[in-house]
Amino acid sequence: MSRTIPRRAYRLRRAALCSLGILLIAARGVGAGEPDEYGPARLRMVDTIEEEFRWTASMVGPLDPAVAEIMRKVPRHRFVPDDYQGHAYLNQPLPIGYGQTISQPYIVALMTGLLDVKSTAVMLEIGTGSGYQAAVLAELVKEVYTIEIIEPLAKLARERLRRLGKHNVHTRIGDGYFGWEEHAPFDGIMVTAAGDHIPPPLVRQLEPGGKLVMPVGGFLTQYLVLVEKAGDGSVTTRQLLPVRFVPLTGDH
Amino acid sequence: MDENQPSRGFLFTVFLISGASLAYQVLSIRLLSIVSWHHLAYMVMSLALLGYGVSGTFILLASRLIERAPELAYVINAVLFGISSVGCFLAAQTLLVNPAQMLWEGQQVVRMATMYLLLSLPFFFASNCIAIAIVRHKRHLHRVYAVDLFGAGLGALGVVLVLHALSPGATLKLLGCVALIAAALAWSTLGCRPRSVSAYLALCALLAPLALSQPWAELRPQEYKGLQQALKVVGTRIVTERSGPLGLLQVLESPKVPFRIAPGLSLNTPALPPEQLALFTDADAMTAITRFDGDLRPLAFLAYMPSAAPYRLLKNPRVLILGAGGGMEVLQALYHRARRIDAVEQNSQVIGLVRDHYRDYTGALYARDPVHIHVAEARGYIATAAESFDIIQIALLEAFNTSASGLYALNESYLYTVEAFRQTLRNLAPDGLLAVTRWVKVPPRDELKLFATAVAALRAEGVEHPARQLAWLRGWRTSTLLVKNGKFRQADLRELREFCRTRSFDLAYLPGMKAHEANRYNLLPEPYFFTAAEALLGDDADVFADRYKFDIKPATDDRPYFFQWFKWPVLKEAFASRGAGGYALLDLGYLMLLATLIQALVLSVLLILLPLRFINRRGPSGPRALKVKSACYFFAVGLGFMLIEVGFFQRFVLYLSHPLYAMSVVLTGFLVFAGAGSMTLARHATPQAAVKRAVTAIVVITLIYQAMLPMLFAATLAWNDAAKIAITLMVIAPLAYFMGRPYPAALQTISERAPLLIPWAWGINGCASVLGAVLAMVISIDLGLSAVVYLAALLYVLAATLRL
Repeated sequence: MSRTIPRRAYRLRRAALCSLGILLIAARGVGAGEPDEYGPARLRMVDTIEEEFRWTASMVGPLDPAVAEIMRKVPRHRFVPDDYQGHAYLNQPLPIGYGQTISQPYIVALMTGLLDVKSTAVMLEIGTGSGYQAAVLAELVKEVYTIEIIEPLAKLARERLRRLGKHNVHTRIGDGYFGWEEHAPFDGIMVTAAGDHIPPPLVRQLEPGGKLVMPVGGFLTQYLVLVEKAGDGSVTTRQLLPVRFVPLTGDH
Repeated sequence: MDENQPSRGFLFTVFLISGASLAYQVLSIRLLSIVSWHHLAYMVMSLALLGYGVSGTFILLASRLIERAPELAYVINAVLFGISSVGCFLAAQTLLVNPAQMLWEGQQVVRMATMYLLLSLPFFFASNCIAIAIVRHKRHLHRVYAVDLFGAGLGALGVVLVLHALSPGATLKLLGCVALIAAALAWSTLGCRPRSVSAYLALCALLAPLALSQPWAELRPQEYKGLQQALKVVGTRIVTERSGPLGLLQVLESPKVPFRIAPGLSLNTPALPPEQLALFTDADAMTAITRFDGDLRPLAFLAYMPSAAPYRLLKNPRVLILGAGGGMEVLQALYHRARRIDAVEQNSQVIGLVRDHYRDYTGALYARDPVHIHVAEARGYIATAAESFDIIQIALLEAFNTSASGLYALNESYLYTVEAFRQTLRNLAPDGLLAVTRWVKVPPRDELKLFATAVAALRAEGVEHPARQLAWLRGWRTSTLLVKNGKFRQADLRELREFCRTRSFDLAYLPGMKAHEANRYNLLPEPYFFTAAEALLGDDADVFADRYKFDIKPATDDRPYFFQWFKWPVLKEAFASRGAGGYALLDLGYLMLLATLIQALVLSVLLILLPLRFINRRGPSGPRALKVKSACYFFAVGLGFMLIEVGFFQRFVLYLSHPLYAMSVVLTGFLVFAGAGSMTLARHATPQAAVKRAVTAIVVITLIYQAMLPMLFAATLAWNDAAKIAITLMVIAPLAYFMGRPYPAALQTISERAPLLIPWAWGINGCASVLGAVLAMVISIDLGLSAVVYLAALLYVLAATLRL
């Protein structure tokens, strides 16, 4: 017993220091001088996502550590309606009004990781929604161009992103079908508001070697589509199930 | 009101209230389908109908109070029915319920429960009226019951007719007025004082529509519905609206952000869709009306969808389009220079919109040569079509999100059954092609079920090597299955390979195809389609289907649930992996049906057992054995009635080729003829003898029908609608006549031995009816429609052996 007490005390001290450090990092993401009451919840959310990735890595690959780090910083509660702030760090999709939703954090992490972009990348997002995905991308890449079709939603997102100091996110209200020609080509494109086909103009605005990611489904993401443009301009698509699931029994 | 014969005037009010109540039941499903979703409507309404069951308990508990002034109680309940039918629906539609969200959020469950509660109130009040009438006229209860059934029967028919003329919202207000008029008449015929109340009630009924013409009394679709989302885009507006019993049609234009509807369009397309309008049905299920001026060049995009594959093989074909909708497949056929196009659409209002209202916009698409448009249901059309076709296209009509969530699981479809495919194959000219396009799901579900259905149909048609007559290709969003009336030739296969290569579509299956050819452009985690095709064509097809985690066994006319893919093991996996989006694997329709059944069962048991405590305290309720027998008897009879009604209704859907008209004819037929059976009950010496004879007749007729109806239907399927409706009614008449007897006969018995049990029996019947409707659905999905009918016959036999 006499030996265990100091060891436990040491562990506690270490844990406290770590938590403080993480909280400080997390608080930096929220905004200067603002208390971050959701910091611990955010860390738990990313722990949950990491846990899920341990299960699904064989299907979707590992969680990108850089994405995890960013999601520890970006305050998701600032992107959901007040009624849902208490749920903001649960790993679940949430309604954001106007019939739209903010994706499950696991799906956000997965889609962001699939783009596999460098810090110098220029990104296009079709469907700003709450602005959360753009805020995550903003931490990862050089510039983010995002287009939202629903005006009030676009204005809300623009204001949120401005308040959070995401100056490398450029928003536009309007039609995303033809992309954003002036800033093309893009190293990565994320289409979170898909119709019944991938707009061909978007693929044309994709840099060779770039990727386009698109979730298919409504409130629940049925599957993800990853369009890859090779160096020679040829295009392949992949359809990914976000979940570890083998459709035949006894075939795990 | 007295214990003597009920007056005709009073019976007329019973008739009106019953009619309005059943009309409200049908209408609520329509209304909820517009503001919410069809599957949700089914679940909510099933449980709301428990208001009938609650009513029995309430009348029992409040019997002393009601006995003091039954006339007043009757009128008050009629008034409350009228007010609540409109008020409760308007309140319920403001509750935002998203079924998918329910998996995460408890608050959604509370909203759902509030919805049940609100919508059950009108049924509760209407049922109170009938129960009060039955209790007060217990010596003539068979007449009251008969009028109740007549009213309900004509209500079912009436509401469909009214929906042709009025919008669903206006019909709702009309029903409220009918209830108030019934209350006014009841006040007058029952001799209540002061007489002026009757006039005031009538005045209220007349003024109510004016008061309800305000914006707050309009239908408000939920914001998750496709229409509402489309309307949020700047500049988008509803330009045309049509309402009918088959749905609310709304056409939207969006000049600033144009609609671009092209399911599964290849990324390699050289052309984009031209200007389009969006056609929404019940505020969802968007399809396109495409601008066309006779110039085929802007339609080039239509050659870059998987559904264009058959045109690569057949030049200048005769084409049949099943599901014409806004006309995209018709344009596709036109673009590919079909020499004749027959297009079938069941909703005449859709045709009217394209052919007449948007005649200029669509370049007179539905009136130009060589297009021939037919108002018909697809299965009915192919069953009676005399011509043969080179290409039969089954269009992709349902929306992806609804389809992907398995929310159509409860919708029977007689278009995707083995029998339907056999029929379709017979309508193909030699070397003709059946082309069926489906949404791609990951992992695939209905796509595989479709392939299995085609294999089964070919085998049933005596084709020795189905593998040689099937070709299957897929893009990332849609897949198209081709079934050929003959073997694919090498030249065909070369064409299909080229078609896929130039569009980056994958070969899912071709005769003689090698494994390495699959899964090239749109990479799936595994070549699911090719693996499944090989397995389903092999000797171990059943083993593969059993091992597959979704139900992909072919649908048949006896189990016509093509959209039901749920298997239990997926539930466990989906729950375990919910953090990684696992819930998307669930097919919600079947689960919601089971949830409905469980809730209905628990509530029914409570509603049946709870009153017993009070019956015991209240004097002459008969011996305990009588109560147990009564409970079992009324439960069995209520359940049996509903199971037969649903079981036969499903068969008549196929025969009459239309769910809505089948529902009107079958429901009205059953209720009216059952009413006739009840009305003539007094001629029997004893109620027991009546029950015995009725049950014998029900069982015999049911068994004969099980054997004979398929033959009768096959022989008369090509007859005109009027003849088929007449045959339907003739078939229903004897069965329903006898089904109308066991319930009132036994009520007569207990009215003499233990009158207190009457409202209880009424409540049990209400609960059993609700349970019966849901149970019939579960059994028909899992075991087939025949099982539903056999179980019903068994329940009647069980009831007869109780000798109540």
